[in-house]
Amino acid sequence: MMASSYNAKDEDGHITVSGPGGSTLRSKKPENTAFKQQRLPAWQPILTAGTVLPAFFIIGLIFIPIGIGLYVTSNNIKEFEIDYTGVDMSSPCFNCSQNFSWNSTRPCTCTIPFYLEQPYESNVFMYYGLSNFYQNHRRYVKSRDDSQLNGDMDSLMRPSKECEPYAFHENKPIAPCGAIANSMFNDTLELFYNDPNGTKIPIPLTTTGIAWWTDKHVKFRNPGGNNPNLTAVFQGTTKPVNWRRPVYELDADPENDGFINEDFIVWMRTAALPTFRKLYRIIQKKNNIVPTLPRGNYTLEVVYNYPVRSFEGRKRMILSTISWMGGKNPFLGIAYITVGSVCFFLGVVLLIIHHKYGNRNNSADISN
Amino acid sequence: MERFHWLQHRCRQLLAGNSGQGWYSVPDGLSNKSSLDNHNSQHRFRGKRRMVLACHGPHQQEFQAVSKNYKGNAIRTTKYNLLTFIPMNLFQQFHRAANLYFLFLALLNWVPVVEAFQKEITMIPLLVVLTVIAVKDALEDYRRYLFDKKVNNSVVRVFCGTQKTYIDQCWMDVRVGDFVRLSCNEIIPADMLLLYSSDPRGVCYIETANLDGETNLKQREVVSGLPFQGVEFTPESFHSRIECENPKNDLSRFRGYIEHSSGVRVGLHSSNLLLRSCTIRNTETVIGIVVYAGHETKAMMNNSGPRYKRSKLEKRLNTDVLWCVFLLLIMCLSAAIGHGLWLKNHSDPVFQVDGEMSPALAGFYVFWTMIIVLQVLIPISLYVSIEIVKLGQIYFIHNDLALYNEQLDSRIQCRALNITEDLGQIQYLFSDKTGTLTENKMVFRRCSIFGVEYPHEENARRLEVYEADSNEAAGCSVTLKSGCSGKSLSCRSLSCNRSSVSLHTLTAEPAEEEDQLSTHVQPRSSAFCSRMTKEVVPDPQLVRKFNLLCSPVVHLTECCSENPSSLELTYITDFFLALAICNSVVVSSPSRPPHEVPEIQTPLKSLEEIKLMFQRFSFSPFSALSSHSIPPPIKGSPHSCASRLFTRGKTGSLTFSTPPNDTTDRSDIGQESKLETTNHKGELDSSAVREREDAVQMEDWETDDNFRDAKTNPDMAVQAVENLNREIASDGDTHHELLYEAESPDEAALVHAAQAYRCTLRGRSADSLLVDLPGLGSLAVPLLHILPFDSNRKRMSVVVRHPLTGQVVVYTKGADSVIMDLAETPKGEEQALDMYSHIREQTQKHLDTYAREGLRTLCIAKKGLDEKEYDVWLKGQLLAESSIENREELLLESAERLETNLTLLGATGIVDRLQEEVPETIETLQRAGIKVWVLTGDKQETAINIAYACKLLHASDQLLTANCGSKDACAALLEELKLEVQCGEGSLTDLTARVESSLVSVTGFILVIDGQTLNWALQEELKSNFLELTCRCKAVICCRSTPLQKSQVVQLIRDQLGVMTLAVGDGANDVSMIQVADVGIGISGQEGMQAVMSSDFAISRFKHLSKLLLVHGHWCYSRLANMILYFIYKNVMYVNLLFWYQFFCGFSGSVMTNSWVLIFFNLLFTSIPPLIYGILDQDIPADTLMELPELYQAAHTSKVYVPNMFWITVVDAFYQSLVCFFVPYFAFAGSDVGELSFGSPINASALLIILLHQVIESKTLTWIHVLVLLLSGGFYFGFVLLFSVICVTCSPPTNPLGVETLQMCQPLFYIVCALTIVTALLPRLLFRALHNTLYSSAVWKSAQMDKMDSEEYCRKMQCCTLSRSRGNRVPVCADNAGLEPSMAEVVS
Repeated sequence: MMASSYNAKDEDGHITVSGPGGSTLRSKKPENTAFKQQRLPAWQPILTAGTVLPAFFIIGLIFIPIGIGLYVTSNNIKEFEIDYTGVDMSSPCFNCSQNFSWNSTRPCTCTIPFYLEQPYESNVFMYYGLSNFYQNHRRYVKSRDDSQLNGDMDSLMRPSKECEPYAFHENKPIAPCGAIANSMFNDTLELFYNDPNGTKIPIPLTTTGIAWWTDKHVKFRNPGGNNPNLTAVFQGTTKPVNWRRPVYELDADPENDGFINEDFIVWMRTAALPTFRKLYRIIQKKNNIVPTLPRGNYTLEVVYNYPVRSFEGRKRMILSTISWMGGKNPFLGIAYITVGSVCFFLGVVLLIIHHKYGNRNNSADISN
Repeated sequence: MERFHWLQHRCRQLLAGNSGQGWYSVPDGLSNKSSLDNHNSQHRFRGKRRMVLACHGPHQQEFQAVSKNYKGNAIRTTKYNLLTFIPMNLFQQFHRAANLYFLFLALLNWVPVVEAFQKEITMIPLLVVLTVIAVKDALEDYRRYLFDKKVNNSVVRVFCGTQKTYIDQCWMDVRVGDFVRLSCNEIIPADMLLLYSSDPRGVCYIETANLDGETNLKQREVVSGLPFQGVEFTPESFHSRIECENPKNDLSRFRGYIEHSSGVRVGLHSSNLLLRSCTIRNTETVIGIVVYAGHETKAMMNNSGPRYKRSKLEKRLNTDVLWCVFLLLIMCLSAAIGHGLWLKNHSDPVFQVDGEMSPALAGFYVFWTMIIVLQVLIPISLYVSIEIVKLGQIYFIHNDLALYNEQLDSRIQCRALNITEDLGQIQYLFSDKTGTLTENKMVFRRCSIFGVEYPHEENARRLEVYEADSNEAAGCSVTLKSGCSGKSLSCRSLSCNRSSVSLHTLTAEPAEEEDQLSTHVQPRSSAFCSRMTKEVVPDPQLVRKFNLLCSPVVHLTECCSENPSSLELTYITDFFLALAICNSVVVSSPSRPPHEVPEIQTPLKSLEEIKLMFQRFSFSPFSALSSHSIPPPIKGSPHSCASRLFTRGKTGSLTFSTPPNDTTDRSDIGQESKLETTNHKGELDSSAVREREDAVQMEDWETDDNFRDAKTNPDMAVQAVENLNREIASDGDTHHELLYEAESPDEAALVHAAQAYRCTLRGRSADSLLVDLPGLGSLAVPLLHILPFDSNRKRMSVVVRHPLTGQVVVYTKGADSVIMDLAETPKGEEQALDMYSHIREQTQKHLDTYAREGLRTLCIAKKGLDEKEYDVWLKGQLLAESSIENREELLLESAERLETNLTLLGATGIVDRLQEEVPETIETLQRAGIKVWVLTGDKQETAINIAYACKLLHASDQLLTANCGSKDACAALLEELKLEVQCGEGSLTDLTARVESSLVSVTGFILVIDGQTLNWALQEELKSNFLELTCRCKAVICCRSTPLQKSQVVQLIRDQLGVMTLAVGDGANDVSMIQVADVGIGISGQEGMQAVMSSDFAISRFKHLSKLLLVHGHWCYSRLANMILYFIYKNVMYVNLLFWYQFFCGFSGSVMTNSWVLIFFNLLFTSIPPLIYGILDQDIPADTLMELPELYQAAHTSKVYVPNMFWITVVDAFYQSLVCFFVPYFAFAGSDVGELSFGSPINASALLIILLHQVIESKTLTWIHVLVLLLSGGFYFGFVLLFSVICVTCSPPTNPLGVETLQMCQPLFYIVCALTIVTALLPRLLFRALHNTLYSSAVWKSAQMDKMDSEEYCRKMQCCTLSRSRGNRVPVCADNAGLEPSMAEVVS
């Protein structure tokens, strides 16, 4: 009984009052279970040269083929990039880049000729690329109202405080509000194929299908449900300061207008790194006989609106085919091959070490 | 005013408590305190006292006035109530730095310019931590509440003034001044003064197990001088006032007085006080008046919460956390500077939201933002995790079967919850000897009386046998509470039929009885009466001598040469009488309540002869010597004595009644009253007084007469023998009904020893003792005083009126050193002097022998007092007893006044066996690199002997002895010893270099130091020398050390060497040592629970230490250290991912992950695996750890948790985070990847890397690990996938909608993850593999080599020691050169 009065309660400083004659004779013997006695069957991965050796070889053997595969795939991807910022005096867009105003009524257009050395067989993705553009800046990223973009009427009229200072303009709510929307990329890029016989054939660019399905159908919605009259819906709001047109005039197609305009959606998905590209158009493959973009001369016509010179940014147009692993990127292939080789090499080193030292303590390992 | 004083008092008490004294009183502190009391007593007189009046009585008005400030009996140990819980708990919690940090972050996030996440998100960690702890606190508090409620609502019978009867009341309604009636086995509800006991002697017994764990019964006495003693107590008639001190937490101290209505004041002391939460035992009814209630009771004031110690690892951890803070600040600072520079280069770009900010200011803001973003770097949650891990570790330690004691049914108790890992770091172990290394089951082994040694060979043999099956013996102990009836009183009459049984067979007899008993005996022994203790085989020679007292002449004539003198016989009788009565043993019998004094059969005439004999020597023990050159053998008296025994059964038995005269009366009455009381007291006194006058003549006559008797009546003699044997037989049976409950085991051993010689202590009352003497039957010995044992005097005494002579006699029993000094040579003739000094010499010689054998020695002495001396002393004693202020000091003085000029009777040697597996354990611990010190209060020889027995000392060790009497001598000695050791070491290395193969060398030096020398050595100037010396010694034995010294030694080593110390002990004298050491271990043994109460861990056996330290300590340490490293790794690794991103977002504090995932990453996804890792990992299997103790040392020399490891971990974390960030970076660079899409593979691979990292680091993986790891991973992917599906507009600006689903559909995601994981873990895997192959095996092998070596070594050592002389021993004794030869003997 005395023993039972010294139980865990004493740890609280309690003095146990055991009832008169309270003789509960429960043995305090701990249960002899594997768990309580810490004898759970356990795998003891003692990592020695001998045991990790196979892993290294296996990794090497798996990684090197993958690396080769990735490298080949990446090499098969055709990519063409053209910088049209107009930094150089010689550049066709130099003039446009010099005088800049967000709201200039007269657009500045420049034409850049280029030559594709290889024909592009499959679908070609047309990107615009920006460099030194910190779309991931904390305050910039924050400056949006997801509720407004989701079609919430309340938010439309009373944009979130996060949008400040791009929430209201002249006492009217801005739709879409925030710095991201305000700084939307507004160059217009057009592509022409210079037929060898001298005619400029415009290449058809698909404007839809460039945004994520979830963004287009779930995240972004026009306010007022399915009301086709977007002008009425956006009544009482004003366009972002830097925009030339209100949001409901982004595209003639009502399925691609307003908040669900895909260019807009793509812009709104902020890029991770300061040098990025964003999908602008898709050049659909016509048929199997003619390549999507045959070899030859092309002209890029740019309506130069977007200012990047102030922060030493660059603007690019990129044409690329894609594969299962995305765009052209030799890094992964090389990395895989390198890591695989290193593993293989280490495997050999370990094999030597194992032969030299490992055998001696085999007995110890076994006894353990 | 009173309140103020009370406060003052409390403060003082707290201060006193801080200085390291617990509630046990340290002698030094005591005198200080009371001198302070004295000093202040003049002007604080009123405030220090408490007046208690009966609440139903004429003083009702006054009662109201006086007791309005006294607390009621309701207790509340809860910290909160329903209303105050939230504010109070929050207040409490925000005292922790960690929570303040969280709060600071949360508040910081509310500042708009630095806001990093949504406001609610930064609240989450804070809320989670607060809630977890609040729930824990609430549950604990609720448990306390329920407990309080149960206690408060217990029912007790309290006297009700209106109904004039006792009515049932709840405990909480009891007030100060209430009369409470309690029955047997009831628990005392409040501190009360005992006013009435149903026991006719006015005593009651309480068991204080609830309070201090001691199971023996303690006697409490009714306040003396009450008018209604003996009759039923009526509260209405109680008009006394009680004045006592204010509530104090000293359990053993209570002072005050009671002023009766007649104006007489009677002193009160702790033996009048019934303490709350003790249990009434063996007393039918008691009534008391409540003096302290509720929180003012001593029990409640001694309630202190669990101990909090900070482990060394945690201290180290704090420095590392500081490094983390430093790292964080650097990172934030660099981000701030980076942002400033970045901003300078990008003036007014389109993505700049508000461009008018100056770069410096922006940088400043970013600094704070980054602190929020990178907050996880500071592993605050680590503290919570550590607590949880330690709980888990405690759980496993608590459940270990190997630490469970079958016999006591006790597990290890973990009282301190947060120093488990310190167990794995112990470098110095300080051990008490008695009860820690030894069983503390004292068994009488041999004795020396009158300078004659009785070796008790049979007894020794018996002990050997018990040694073999000690387990069984320990299990078969009978306790009071076992409730077994044993054999009833009728046994006595039955056994008379038996034919003569020899003494030796007697002892074997009770075996069967024991077997019967053990079937329904609780498996706990609490009352120091194990079978082994109880049975002592008497020495035949001594028995014979002793029997001479009552046996016929026949024996004497046979062996005249060995005939003892009558003087020797008185010595022997006195010796055993002293053994039987000089103690505080409570006698109880399973078959009857212990307080009932059994019927006594007083032999009517048989006493006279013996009385005569005693009287001859009573005043001057050497008078006989002076008159006869050869001491006359008392031939006749034994015979006549025995012959009278015939009639014993037929003579009418006298019922022994309590002598009415208490101590006060006695002093007044004096000599003449003796004659008057003869009728009342029977022949005993009257004859004593009468015979005293003509003792010598009578003696001569009687001798002749008896001699003649014997010759003429040979038949009679034969019959006498038979009779004697019969009586022995009957005695033998009755003895087993008696249970002795002693305060210390040696007392019980001595009483049992006396019992073996048929000097049986039969009963005890407040002022008399009932003793059976051989041949004399039961005698009542009037008990005048008990001067209880204290550690200063090292002795105890009883003052009794000798049953035979009627003289006042003091019997003293104590440590040999003290008694030998006090036993002064009496003034007398030359011959007597010679005789006496011979006895002393002989006894001293025997004592030395005993000590060498490792026996505990005690000396027994007596002193006769004539009435005048006694009167003088009594006055002083009474004064001391009734004083309130300096009571302890006065009592001590008074006792010392009495205990002088003692006559040495003899000495006893008590054996205290080693606990099982102690030598093995000590050897194991030493192999584990732990230095074992033994600190004991025993004598040097005993200590050394025990040290040999437990293999602390090996035959090959060189013994250094330090005994000196002065500081200078000590300084010189230390120097000398140091030189000695240096030389020894020098020669040692030389020797080993020269003859390595032969392995002949001194293995180590053992320092033996005594208390006095230790005192010098511990002084400031000699400290360093002492330390230097001890560092070179393999072990140190401190003998004769006081509790204070023990703690000083521990403190010295701990502070000066900066090592981890562990102290283990079992008694109150080890408490200070246990408290001082880093880890205090209490052994729940025979000496109560004080050591346990102050310890961090309480074990029941010394041998448990090896598993506790070697396995659990090792595991706990490595687990915790690894977990901490892992935790830090995890945080650094994850946080750096965010930091690298800052280089690509203009140091703006952006994150590429959803903020919920970010917060949950640490809080949910990766929090459980480290816990499991910290609780379950086993780096080396338990049996290997036990087999190779060297691994323990290896673990703390190649510390897991050293700065190197910390930085290696941090660097690895940096590398992994670099890989984890830059592989995806290069994979996605220049592509159209979105911010969150970029974060997705980084997060996923970071999680997998972190989990797999643990798999690499874990030494064991069980299904629990696998399950937890899978759950963690699954939980993460489940969460992010679900979140990316359902979260349409939530969690701006990092809305995750569609991100993960899209990412996980792409092969690129998996390609990137695979590459990242492999690359990140490659170095760690390689490191582990190489480490295990090259380094770990080296440790392993060296351990195995050591093992082989040591085996080899041992074998060789055995060979050497056989052939070697003792030339290598260097006992150095500066002052005590005389010890040298004895040392040499010891070593041999």
